[in-house]
Amino acid sequence: MSGKPKVAFYWCASCGGCEEAVVDLHEAVLDVVAAVDIVFWPVALDFKRSDVAAMADGSITACFLNGAIRTSEQEEMAELMRRKSQVLIAFGSCSHTGGIPGLANLYNRESILQSSYGNALSTVNPEGTRPQEQTKVPEGTVVLPHFGPSVKTLAQTVDVDYYLPGCPPPVKLIVGAVTALLEGKLPPKGSVLAPNMALCDECPRKDTKPDKLLLKEFKRPHQVLIDAEKCLLEQGLLCLGPATRSGCGAACMSGNMPCTGCLGPTDGVKDYGAKVLSALASIGEANEEPQAAALMQGIVDPSGTFYRYSLPASLLHRRVGGNGGAKS
Amino acid sequence: MPDTFEPKIVAFFCNWCTYLAADLAGTSRMKYAPNIRVIRLMCSGRVDPQFIFDAFAKGADGVLLGGCHPGDCHYQEGNYKTLRRFHLLKRVLADMGIEEERFRLEWISAAEGDKVRSVVNDMVEKVRALGPRMPTLPQPMHAREVAVS
Repeated sequence: MSGKPKVAFYWCASCGGCEEAVVDLHEAVLDVVAAVDIVFWPVALDFKRSDVAAMADGSITACFLNGAIRTSEQEEMAELMRRKSQVLIAFGSCSHTGGIPGLANLYNRESILQSSYGNALSTVNPEGTRPQEQTKVPEGTVVLPHFGPSVKTLAQTVDVDYYLPGCPPPVKLIVGAVTALLEGKLPPKGSVLAPNMALCDECPRKDTKPDKLLLKEFKRPHQVLIDAEKCLLEQGLLCLGPATRSGCGAACMSGNMPCTGCLGPTDGVKDYGAKVLSALASIGEANEEPQAAALMQGIVDPSGTFYRYSLPASLLHRRVGGNGGAKS
Repeated sequence: MPDTFEPKIVAFFCNWCTYLAADLAGTSRMKYAPNIRVIRLMCSGRVDPQFIFDAFAKGADGVLLGGCHPGDCHYQEGNYKTLRRFHLLKRVLADMGIEEERFRLEWISAAEGDKVRSVVNDMVEKVRALGPRMPTLPQPMHAREVAVS
């Protein structure tokens, strides 16, 4: 092996979009490959877990780990990658704040299993068969990972050095992180490797935002013909830009869609959803009952909207008790 | 030990109306359940939703918000913001398995000491009947994001 820095990629509970983001580096990926040795990347290269286990602790310069953590296998891999890597980077929303898989925390474990292996319309399972962690077959015992009680972020599982936010992380931020890593110019441990400004700051529609936003009604994208230039909030759409970190170049707004908040909060915010809730409630134009109640009812799924990418990282973390997950 | 359960309720009262009402209740020697911990803020509109989630996350059995009546806000419209937030917060808390009796918003003017007493007593009894909140799952946190400039 050469003396080049060793880099690893791994995925846990995620969709594969983060892996796609690495490929989206296009030609720049050649520069990365020239500068580093990729020693582990299950989705693209044929290295096994045992290869990593055989490496000396701390011998990998940096590991980019995407996906949330729920199963025992994901926990073990997070611990393994932590041990083998000098720098562990939570890559993408799922790893950073829980992501879309984190919305499973709106339901308890049993109701998820019931839905997946019982009540779902597409499920036919009259005997109520459920996956078992150990199953005896003629050849021996086969095992499945334990399905944990809750979805966790990477930092709730192991010590994390840096966060690369986004669903998936924007190419510009990935390049910035890799460059900082290679040049040894990484910021203090715990930093989110993205600008610490709200998204409105880099939004091309910024100048059309009125000084005082007042909304009589909240609308969903399919209910309106979206003006391609005007501030989306002013058009009544739930654009989460005011509470979301910038760094994506306002990609969604450029595609005429509102921000859904994948880059998460700026520094110092403890609960992203609380901040979005606060911001959106502040700009409603209904002061007394019953108009105020009716206006806020226009936000169809508050938890799913405000915590789309960050429920496990929120202060309440998950649903506890109650009926297991019937939506309000 | 449900028979010895004493609810802990965090109350956020605004400086200009509800806190003065609680003060009036005190100077008038009214007695009410000692289960609330009052936090005075300048306005109910200052109650960041994070405060409410944090209170529940740290083990509060209930959260009570008190502000000026509509039209009476010292800052013109702080309580209107609170009202709109309240409607969203109720639904988010329900999704987290927190019963609606545990979260309450009341408009109480500086003259309504007796309303402080009746609201607090009523809420304490309702929360007592629900019992303690189920504890949030232990959440090992090895590293937290730190603020960087």
